[in-house]
Amino acid sequence: MKKITHPERSILRYRWMALTGLVLVLIYTALTGCNQASGAKTTLSDTAAVIGEMNAELTHAPFVPNSRGAFQPEKVIVKIEVVEKVMKLADGVDYTFWTFGGSVPGPFIRVQEGDEVELHLSNSPGNKMPHNIDLHAVNGPGGGAEATLTVPGHSSVFTFRVMNPGLYVYHCATAPVGMHIANGMYGLVLVEPKGGLPKVDKEFYIMQGEFYTKGKNGEAGLQPFDMDKAIKEQPEYVVFNGSVGAATGSNALQAKVGDRVRLYVGNGGPNLVSSFHVIGQIFDKVYQEGGSQVNQNVGTTLIPSGGAAILEFTCHEPGTYNIVDHSIFRAFNQGALAQLIVSGPEDKVVYSGKVKDELYQPGSPEVSESEAPAEASIPDLPLAERIKKGQVLFETNCSSCHQPTGLGLPGAIPPLAQSDFLMNRQDKGIGVLLHGLNNEAITVNGNHYQGVMPQLPLSDDQIANILSYVRNNWGNKSPVVQEKEVKKLRNQ
Amino acid sequence: MRSLFALLLLGFISSPLQDHSGMIKIPAGELRPFLLLAGQNGRIKVHSFYLDIHAVTNDEFLQFVKANPRWKRSGVSRAFADSNYLKQWAGDIEIGDDRIRNSPVTNISWFAANAYCKWKGKRLPTMDEWEYAAGAPPVNAKRGRDLSRIILEWYDHPNPAVLPVVGSTYKNRFGVYDMHGLIWEWVEDFNSVMPGSENRGPGGNPFVCGAGALGTANKEDYAAYMRYAFRESLQAAYTVGGLGFRCAQDIE
Repeated sequence: MKKITHPERSILRYRWMALTGLVLVLIYTALTGCNQASGAKTTLSDTAAVIGEMNAELTHAPFVPNSRGAFQPEKVIVKIEVVEKVMKLADGVDYTFWTFGGSVPGPFIRVQEGDEVELHLSNSPGNKMPHNIDLHAVNGPGGGAEATLTVPGHSSVFTFRVMNPGLYVYHCATAPVGMHIANGMYGLVLVEPKGGLPKVDKEFYIMQGEFYTKGKNGEAGLQPFDMDKAIKEQPEYVVFNGSVGAATGSNALQAKVGDRVRLYVGNGGPNLVSSFHVIGQIFDKVYQEGGSQVNQNVGTTLIPSGGAAILEFTCHEPGTYNIVDHSIFRAFNQGALAQLIVSGPEDKVVYSGKVKDELYQPGSPEVSESEAPAEASIPDLPLAERIKKGQVLFETNCSSCHQPTGLGLPGAIPPLAQSDFLMNRQDKGIGVLLHGLNNEAITVNGNHYQGVMPQLPLSDDQIANILSYVRNNWGNKSPVVQEKEVKKLRNQ
Repeated sequence: MRSLFALLLLGFISSPLQDHSGMIKIPAGELRPFLLLAGQNGRIKVHSFYLDIHAVTNDEFLQFVKANPRWKRSGVSRAFADSNYLKQWAGDIEIGDDRIRNSPVTNISWFAANAYCKWKGKRLPTMDEWEYAAGAPPVNAKRGRDLSRIILEWYDHPNPAVLPVVGSTYKNRFGVYDMHGLIWEWVEDFNSVMPGSENRGPGGNPFVCGAGALGTANKEDYAAYMRYAFRESLQAAYTVGGLGFRCAQDIE
């Protein structure tokens, strides 16, 4: 594993190596021309020549530009336009966002240690406000803020040398700074170590930020910014990638089983610290605060406002993984939710899914169930015992819809009592309990029903009990349904 | 440097007119400055002066350009106005879009605004004068319709496609219109507070980063930060779509 290395440290290492007389260091010294003997402070700007020039590939979240994976510093030109525009914050809720590049967060900038970055900041002529950019990857006053203060209809240019590898936030720093950030002006800049970060299968860009609207969460229409709420740090929305649902459902991140995934996560703030967590994943590696320190095997990691982290994990199991700020009301009430959908084959060793669901009734031994029997020998149980257990299960799981009378609700819920659908074929009843009904049309005693019956988390034994009960109650009469009959259908 | 430019400009400004029409007398008073500079005690005395009731309109500026052809869009030197100068007009002496005749003239440089005021026998207001006049509350201010609210509502909306006409926002207690909520306005000494945009010395630029919290008289007046930051981002030849001006005049 190659770590992100601090240039100062690598220089120190070279100095130590010089003492050991290694030839390598002589070559290094010759190449860079830095004077090891004098002990003068070495800066990167005089150790590596910049060769070549390129326009940076910029991407909008959740996408990340490709790594150059190079060892030679280049001049990288980054062009960003600031646009003030009304966009969706949540369903039915609009907001006047101030954006880098027309989106929140702004474009992902990927450069490499030693690069010379020429940054062009344009302020769209239709804008109202002056803007600038403070990149935390810059060594210099204001991080570029002073050099880029730009009025609408103008552009500013400045250059900087990226010397410290890591993942950094950039943001607008025009007064009042908090308001510019609160309106969406932030993004990430990745400074890769020479040669690039180790390759992974998938990389994503996620940035958290909170919004302080005049109207309460969900109040429709164009919502103005509320300074009082911002000062009190009481946002109405906490979101990933600029709006509620920006990375859920059809916009969810996608990966495959076996993929190694790297998330570049930033927190624009302006106020809140994120307790970042992916439900059902463990981070194999966390580059804490986007720096060079790598922690391993982490569940939840803190990402400060104006800070970032690089997170890596492996997708072992298919499924939908919720990505949250584990300050958890933010996730379920304010919008801090993204999703990763992993597709591919299941691995029951890694994750079994639900193997069993049974009643837990301390002090009622007569309804407690024995351990699941070994597959080879599933014993048959007498009808009376299954009816008795089935009644309890029916009352818990079924009677609220089908009614204790088994008559259902006319027009909505089909009857079980003297139901031709239920009684004609035992296997149909097993199938419905195994899989539920998803808006399929059925006919019961000559009446049509179309609706949803949920797939209940019932074991084969429990399904046998329920069916034995309902097929022998309210005037129904039929043989016992055994667990192995259910199992046979489940495995088909 | 600027006075040198002003002298140069006098060369091609013709027929100054002396009148106070369209102006109103602003009474003397005190201004609580937004930024407290070293040696200030928190109050600045402002003498009485005349101020235009509304910002200079496209129509009014057209008369100036007709009388002073050197300020035509095609003729003006880039040293005095950048290439977006009067770009909302259809031609050198043609506004084109009737809807903006009485809207404030924008895309105007400091030099052009200064020349217009001189031609009228007036001058640009100083920043202190402008801030003092703009600090007056709206006439008949309803509850919750205070100044900062007007400013913030303006901030909360992107610029409209067609700039509204002068007098369309609110009148303040001094009798002037649209001091906030319509456009930004040039002042004579727009960049006088700042030590310059490139400052690596101690103290730093007060309008970027955390330094913005230092030295301000009223930290809650965050709406004002934007105005000062806007001025700081300007140079005298710059023209901006939302930036216009009005003129002032001394009391004889």
